[in-house]
Amino acid sequence: MRRECPPVRRERDAISDADEAAAADTRPPVMVDVQGLRKQYHGGFLALRDVSLRIRRGEIFGLLGPNGAGKTTLIHIICGIVTLSAGTVRVAGYDIHRQYRETRRRIGLVPQELTNEAFETVWTTLTYSRGLFGKAADPVYLERLLKDLSLWDKRHSPMMQLSGGMKRRVLIAKALSHEPEILFLDEPTAGVDVDLRRDMWKLVRGLRRRGVTIILTTHYIEEAEEMADRIGVIRDGELILVQDKHELMRSLGSKVVTLELAQPLAHLPEALARLGVECEQGGRTLRYRYSAEGGEAGVDAVLRAVQQAGLTVHDLHTRESSLEQIFVRLVGEQPEEAQ
Amino acid sequence: MNWHGIAAIYRYEMERTRRTLLQGIVSPVIITCLYFIVFGAAIGSRIDEVQGVSYGAFLVPGLTMFMVLTQSVSYASFGIYFKRFTGTIYELLSAPMSAIEIVIGHVGAAASKSFVLGCIILATAGVFVPLEIQHPGWMLLFLVLTCITFSLLGFIIGIWADGFDKLQFVPLLVITPLVFLGGTFYAIDMLPPFWQTVTLFNPVLYLISGFRWSFYGTGDVSLWASLGMIAVFLGLALVLISWIFHTGYRLKD
Ligand SMILES: Nc1ncnc2c1ncn2[C@@H]1O[C@H](COP(=O)(O)OP(=O)(O)OP(=O)(O)O)[C@@H](O)[C@H]1O
Ligand SMILES: [Mg+2]
Repeated sequence: MRRECPPVRRERDAISDADEAAAADTRPPVMVDVQGLRKQYHGGFLALRDVSLRIRRGEIFGLLGPNGAGKTTLIHIICGIVTLSAGTVRVAGYDIHRQYRETRRRIGLVPQELTNEAFETVWTTLTYSRGLFGKAADPVYLERLLKDLSLWDKRHSPMMQLSGGMKRRVLIAKALSHEPEILFLDEPTAGVDVDLRRDMWKLVRGLRRRGVTIILTTHYIEEAEEMADRIGVIRDGELILVQDKHELMRSLGSKVVTLELAQPLAHLPEALARLGVECEQGGRTLRYRYSAEGGEAGVDAVLRAVQQAGLTVHDLHTRESSLEQIFVRLVGEQPEEAQ
Repeated sequence: MNWHGIAAIYRYEMERTRRTLLQGIVSPVIITCLYFIVFGAAIGSRIDEVQGVSYGAFLVPGLTMFMVLTQSVSYASFGIYFKRFTGTIYELLSAPMSAIEIVIGHVGAAASKSFVLGCIILATAGVFVPLEIQHPGWMLLFLVLTCITFSLLGFIIGIWADGFDKLQFVPLLVITPLVFLGGTFYAIDMLPPFWQTVTLFNPVLYLISGFRWSFYGTGDVSLWASLGMIAVFLGLALVLISWIFHTGYRLKD
């Protein structure tokens, strides 16, 4: 049996009351509008089934899902690298087929794979990318871009002389070379060291401040947790959830309060057991788990019950479940063998 | 039109040549010199005039065509195949460029390179034999059309190929025999009648014949037959390319 997944939230209302800053802007508030998207590869494999999604201008959208879920397929369709089987995709209000020039010149893509031509220099490959997207040469902009990504020293080096992390940064520079309004980052931090990841996050935030819409996929959940405004979870070609990150963590997350007692308990008082409190570590700690939504009354009751039982609390801490735990729970609900 | 995009592809592909100057330009020139020494000077000195010119001079248009045909195909096929092979083609497919623009950029660069190569080979030939060009306008036209047509063919091969071996296969195993049997080294009236008829089915014969006509005013077939054949080639290549982009064949999943 397939267990019920939370329904995909309707976004129309959320967009109409979008932030005031957007009101002054005449550009459409929906940057990417995917409707009924289906993709069947030549071999017959159904990689996406009826995906509908709206991404708002200026947000950071985190696309999560296990290997083979269809994240890259979705991104490649929007960018024009893979053809769709059914459905429509609009970018900034333009159809990706009929008005592909309008949609594509707005998009920058950092692909998941490290692809490059080994003998080209960083500078050649960067000017090439900018030209492809129809922009006149702008050495000043490209210089700043390379400096921002700490690649300026390497501008005359052929790609094969760069480290993996540097190559990844070159791909980011290429994606930004034509000053896109939408940036797709397909696992940008895979194989990237901690410092560089930090830098990348900083860069992404800077881009967002300038109004760039960012869609990122990642397997580092803490990255999505830290960066994304909204999260979409895709599994087996289906978008099973799209939600504001904080809302998601509130509605699906749970909290745990742990009380460390001064004296170990021999047995759990009846009043506490009734509230769902558990006894651990040979009676030295009490654990109480409650949903992050409206759980405060419960905590209050537990604390009062503890006091009434005459227990002395040595220490107290609460822990929120992370996005990672939520994610594992969501995608862990295995559907019956689909293929 | 995305002119910046076309220019970007063109420059990028020309840059590739600069880096591979040795194999792209120098080696065809050396091979041509070898042909002139062996066939033009050594063996040619024992051969009477062919079609009213010395054997060495007779060879020049055919050898030039030989190099231009094979190199157009290999420049153009390599350029696009390499992008597919490395995966950097993603950028081309996601760029705001039409199929025609992508083709113009790649084929334009390959055709320019092979045109330059053709000129260098002619200049080299001038060192070995006295060159005369009776119809320079026609000569240029034939050269340019051939460069473009065979660069288009190369582009198609670069999309069709799924390994480096196939990339070598067509220039080596298709074009070379056609050129050798297409009157590079002989006039077809030197063949027995049966083989003359067979040779008339070789499309490359018409290219070489027309090109040679522009030098010496004589050819195996009429000028118009030669022009017609180039036009047919060009048309076929364009039809194939539009089909490729229409269906996304080997470009998009
Ligand atoms: N060219 C193709 N032909 C056939 N099937 C494909 C092709 N590309 C991808 N697939 C299949 O489509 C499914 C989705 O692949 P996709 O690359 O979109 O996954 P993903 O979510 O990006 O995974 P990952 O996290 O591993 O990058 C996979 O099962 C994959 O095998
Ligand atoms: Mg992927």
